[in-house]
Amino acid sequence: MKHLILTLAATLLMTTAQAEPTATGDLGLVIERAKGSVLLVDQSDRAALARIEGLGDLSHASLVYSPDERFAYVFGRDGGLTKVDIVTRQIVNRVVQAGNAIGGAISDDGKLVAVSNYEPGGVRVFDADTLEMVADIPTDSKTIGLVDAPGRRFVFTMWDTGETWIADFSKGDPAITKITNMGKNPYDALITANGRTYITGLFGEDGLTALDLWAETPEPIRVLPNYGRGQEEMPVYKMPHLEGWALSGREFVLPAVGHHEVLWIDADTLTETGRTQTHGQPVFAMARPDGRQVWVNFAHPLNDTVQVIDGVSKEIIHEFKPGPAVLHMEFTPRGHEVWISVRDANKVMVYDTQSFEKLREIEADSPSGIFFTARAHKTGL
Amino acid sequence: MASLAHRRPGFRDVATTRSAGWTARAALTTAVLVATTAFAADTLDPNALKRLVHQDCGSCHGLSLKGGLGPDLRPQNLEHYDAEILTGVILDGIPDTAMPPWRPLISEEEAEWIARYLLQQETQ
Repeated sequence: MKHLILTLAATLLMTTAQAEPTATGDLGLVIERAKGSVLLVDQSDRAALARIEGLGDLSHASLVYSPDERFAYVFGRDGGLTKVDIVTRQIVNRVVQAGNAIGGAISDDGKLVAVSNYEPGGVRVFDADTLEMVADIPTDSKTIGLVDAPGRRFVFTMWDTGETWIADFSKGDPAITKITNMGKNPYDALITANGRTYITGLFGEDGLTALDLWAETPEPIRVLPNYGRGQEEMPVYKMPHLEGWALSGREFVLPAVGHHEVLWIDADTLTETGRTQTHGQPVFAMARPDGRQVWVNFAHPLNDTVQVIDGVSKEIIHEFKPGPAVLHMEFTPRGHEVWISVRDANKVMVYDTQSFEKLREIEADSPSGIFFTARAHKTGL
Repeated sequence: MASLAHRRPGFRDVATTRSAGWTARAALTTAVLVATTAFAADTLDPNALKRLVHQDCGSCHGLSLKGGLGPDLRPQNLEHYDAEILTGVILDGIPDTAMPPWRPLISEEEAEWIARYLLQQETQ
């Protein structure tokens, strides 16, 4: 009798397991840039689960997640916008919406997906459900630094004209606010997790420009306008990235441009609080979610190295070489591990952020961006 | 692409490893010959250079060179430049733009190879 019950229980368990819904909270996608595929990964198991192919040119691709962490919207370099269902592991919709695109964002309510385009320059906004275009916002410029902001808004910036526009979709048709004089050649931007401060990095001049999105009429605020004065500029072989997580404690940590250092800026006063000299031109300066560490990778030809900076002392506490062409780093949501894509090793490497021990290598084809589903709940990601 | 930058120091290491024995000298000669051949302008490492073009120039110009923050580098957009001009741009960059000088990282021969490659590549 006992045996029978056990057998029954086992059978039931197996049936349940087969019908069990997929929990997506610890999943993620890795961009395989050369192949045009994404790799579905499981953060807890440190494993690849499936490869989803047919997404076009994914060099410099990124993605955002639907609020339910089921769908990923992948922004390809070739203008492709692909909606991937990570539960069924399939592409459910795909449109080629422009000739040359550079990232996107999803509105706070999850209903609109916006794509930033180089060619034709501007932003196009799509229904997240159907991928039908709901708004076309030409800007006559390459458009960078597109983020979502609270109140069903998108904020983006023009490389050529140095303007930032705020597109407010709260009443249906977008109301556009244009802010001029943000600086020469803004190359990327970030929004803080609370949705208040938007910061653009400038390539054409020293410094950064911030906007207080809580202000009635946001005005450009110059940040560190002279940070490189008197120092010789070094060639920049890859533009740095700014990302919402680069906030450590009460400070932003941002890559300098043309100088081998990261800059620390007080989040309230937007004044400099320090600098840390680094191994090369920083590309990403990513704060661990608790803000205690900042992990930095570098531009070609020093892109085999990662440095870890202590968030309190601002000193480098660890340096290592994961392998050739470290392109991106993604922390687990509570920061205990970091996943690092090493393009030319064709591997994603997983490290413990306390001991710095390597925990796993996962095969991936020319991996670049790594995106965990927890991003679904973060403004600006 | 670290291999491009690191090749020359490697060569120097081989050339300065003097040794008395005949075997060692023979081995050294062979090594030098192999190394010299690898550096001759007509036998640059095309795969490494192609990789540099698509992966690293591609940071700004796109993996398939269709343009990004930097301009489209496909032949139809470059044909009114001759290889010499392009070589100069690659080596010295364009002031006041995002195009950096690559002279610190590559040789003139390598830059020339890249210029010719850009002008001749198959339309993708």
